[in-house]
Amino acid sequence: MSELIKHISDPVLELRELSVSYNKENTAVTRVSAGIKRNRVTAIMGPSGCGKSTLLRAINRMHDLYPNVETTGDVFLNGEDTSEMSTIMLRRKIGMVFQRPNPFPTMSIHDNVIAGYKLNGIRLQKSEKNDIVEKSLRDVALWEEVKDSLTKKGTFLSGGQQQRLCIARALAFKPDVILLDEPTSALDPVATKKVEELLIDLKKHYTIVMVTHNMAQAARISDFSMFMYLGELIEYGKTKDMFIKPVDKRTEEYLTGKFS
Amino acid sequence: MIKSERVVKGILFLSSLLIILITAGMMLSLMNGSIPVFKEFGLRFIISSQWNPTEGREEYGAMAFIVGTLLTSLIAIVLCFPLAFSSSLFIGEYFQGTRIAKIMGTLVDMLAGIPSIVYGLWGFYVLRPLIVDLGLNGQGFGVFTAGVVLAIMIIPYATSISTEIIKMVPGELKEAAYSLGATRRDVILRVLIPNARSGIFTSFVLAFGRALGETMAVTMLIGNANIIPDSLFGPGNTMASVIANQFGEAEGLKLSALISIGLLLFVITGIINGIGKLIIKRFNS
Amino acid sequence: MSEAPGNSGDRTLRKRMRKNRIFAGGVIFFSLLTISPILLIVYKLVAKGYRQINFDFFTKNAPDTYEAMLAVGAGEIIPGGILNGIAGSLYMVFIASLIAIPVGLLIGIFLYDQQSKRYAGIVRDITDILQGVPSIVLGLIAYFWVVKNITNGFSALAGSTALAIMMMPLIIRSTEETLKMIPETIREAGFALGVPYHKIILRVLIPSGFSGLLTGILLAISRIIGETAPLMLTALGSMEVNFQIDKPTSAIPLLIWEFYNDPNMVDLIWSSSLLLMMMVLLLNLLSRQIISRRS
Repeated sequence: MSELIKHISDPVLELRELSVSYNKENTAVTRVSAGIKRNRVTAIMGPSGCGKSTLLRAINRMHDLYPNVETTGDVFLNGEDTSEMSTIMLRRKIGMVFQRPNPFPTMSIHDNVIAGYKLNGIRLQKSEKNDIVEKSLRDVALWEEVKDSLTKKGTFLSGGQQQRLCIARALAFKPDVILLDEPTSALDPVATKKVEELLIDLKKHYTIVMVTHNMAQAARISDFSMFMYLGELIEYGKTKDMFIKPVDKRTEEYLTGKFS
Repeated sequence: MIKSERVVKGILFLSSLLIILITAGMMLSLMNGSIPVFKEFGLRFIISSQWNPTEGREEYGAMAFIVGTLLTSLIAIVLCFPLAFSSSLFIGEYFQGTRIAKIMGTLVDMLAGIPSIVYGLWGFYVLRPLIVDLGLNGQGFGVFTAGVVLAIMIIPYATSISTEIIKMVPGELKEAAYSLGATRRDVILRVLIPNARSGIFTSFVLAFGRALGETMAVTMLIGNANIIPDSLFGPGNTMASVIANQFGEAEGLKLSALISIGLLLFVITGIINGIGKLIIKRFNS
Repeated sequence: MSEAPGNSGDRTLRKRMRKNRIFAGGVIFFSLLTISPILLIVYKLVAKGYRQINFDFFTKNAPDTYEAMLAVGAGEIIPGGILNGIAGSLYMVFIASLIAIPVGLLIGIFLYDQQSKRYAGIVRDITDILQGVPSIVLGLIAYFWVVKNITNGFSALAGSTALAIMMMPLIIRSTEETLKMIPETIREAGFALGVPYHKIILRVLIPSGFSGLLTGILLAISRIIGETAPLMLTALGSMEVNFQIDKPTSAIPLLIWEFYNDPNMVDLIWSSSLLLMMMVLLLNLLSRQIISRRS
């Protein structure tokens, strides 16, 4: 497995011996090492409880918010050790989209897109703000649908639209990497399709790492796939190769539906 | 079967009438007792700040006490705000779910259990000398002193509701904010508070309503002067404290005046509490 | 980083982290400030009050002002105790409970039974209004209803009436809340067995919710036991222990008020207050115990 780190050319992210444990005893993620290739979609899949979300959240140090969670190992972003960065800067370079769409209900659509700037207290000119909002919304194919309702609050949008709004919000900082935690599991099939198409489109400019519990989705849109089981990284490779000829028996069993 | 059920429902219904009767009866009794004074002075009673019980030249007015009540309660709310708000952030956000939060919550609740008269004693023996030393009032009595003790007394009311509201803000909203690089302070000021705004506001409205009716502690510290307070640190009286102070041998017109003040107090607290409840209802729907 | 605008300099970052720390510090500081009064008050009561607490404290009536003056002059503990106050408080709480508990329970059950009906909503609103009425106004009411019209003079009944009206909304609310928490299936099981409604209430609901109901009552009692204002207008006070319902009677808070106003007896306020606080605390602790025992 560790060969793949060497074999990934131009990795934007490097995970080295990453482990996460709760309350000092329960290890959720054990010594994961992998390189994530730039401008590609990498899927993390596995049965429930295998630690995929936990792994994802370790990348942008969301676990720092919870005192009973301990993370060991390193994450390198463009060669820099992320543990030496402030979490604030790290999270501006690595954006996150959550399972359930969560636009800020007290803010308008416009304000939601630039929420990152507002929360960080960064002052922008009105024209700068409008430019960022338009660009981000265009990037998620939402601009035409909401351009006349920018001042309205986002809660009237459909689930799919809300999720795309959240993606736009994450894009506003032009992060290097976007982490998505089962972004379509709360959406209907039509909305899911739209988001999937969006992610394929976005990889031109961004690096996508996505947790999914739906292997068909991983097969559809990802370039690389990680298979996790009981906190360990079992197999990691090009999606096409892994699905056609998995190396590990457990991967094969998962892909053929022996367990989920 | 059906008969016994009807009997039971009947008894329950009758009991519900009781509380309506009591409340209505209260209003009627208060209004009844107020008639003499309103007959004598009309609506002027409410705006007049005269209070002269000498025979032959009696004149009564409620304004001095309305002002006293509002002043003390306002001071109380203003002083209580940073304390109560910090406590609810402490319990509901910073240390939420931990043992420390529980202990803190218990201690704050204990504040509500201390009897009013004990607060009055503490205010008299501990706070008053402080006020004298600070040179704010010669004897340490006054609107401000009463306001300070009042502030402490209403903290638990403001805190408990605020804490619940703060806890109810969805974690995912906060996580989304953190994932955008916000600090804890940013999350609290720009996400938590906007989402909890009306709930927090209501808790302070209700605490204010509580402060309006507080009697003993205020009586012991406000200085018992039947005038509109001339300054924040001057003496005065509130609607509740004047009743307590002057009820002793009141009769005739004076008694009626005190009852009218009781009526006013009843109405004002009713309105404030009603507004608070209304906001909560709106907030929940 | 990416091409995003905005000051991402080191200096602003440090400034923001500093603001973050100051804010957190402020929250903690004010929170500690908030709880300091309790600690200070309890400390003061204990420090000054424990000396006066002895066997006599619980068994003798309050001394008169002359005896007190002599004792203070001689540097001795003031003789006597607060038996009249303790007895009066317990007596009036008892009578008030006799009135308020049945009524409160019944109305609470009514509200639970009628949940979302319009009339029940009105009753609930009125209960809330009653809950917000200042205790001194209740004292005025009891003065008119009882002192003037029933007992022709200050009396324990008048005091109990005011206290009972205070207790009612609290008991009503906690009863309704407790019953609401009982799983619906238990009630349905009773009906399914063909049990008549009053039996369901008595044999199923009340026993199930017993700890919650008891807690509500204990908390209501802890609320009224420290009340002074309404008693000033109704029970007035008395030098002796008095169990006659139509005569004035003493109470612990009333005694504290009397001691406070009498320069000779002032030292007694601490022990009496300490006892009062202990009683309130005990009731609260008891309620918490009951709740945690049950769950």
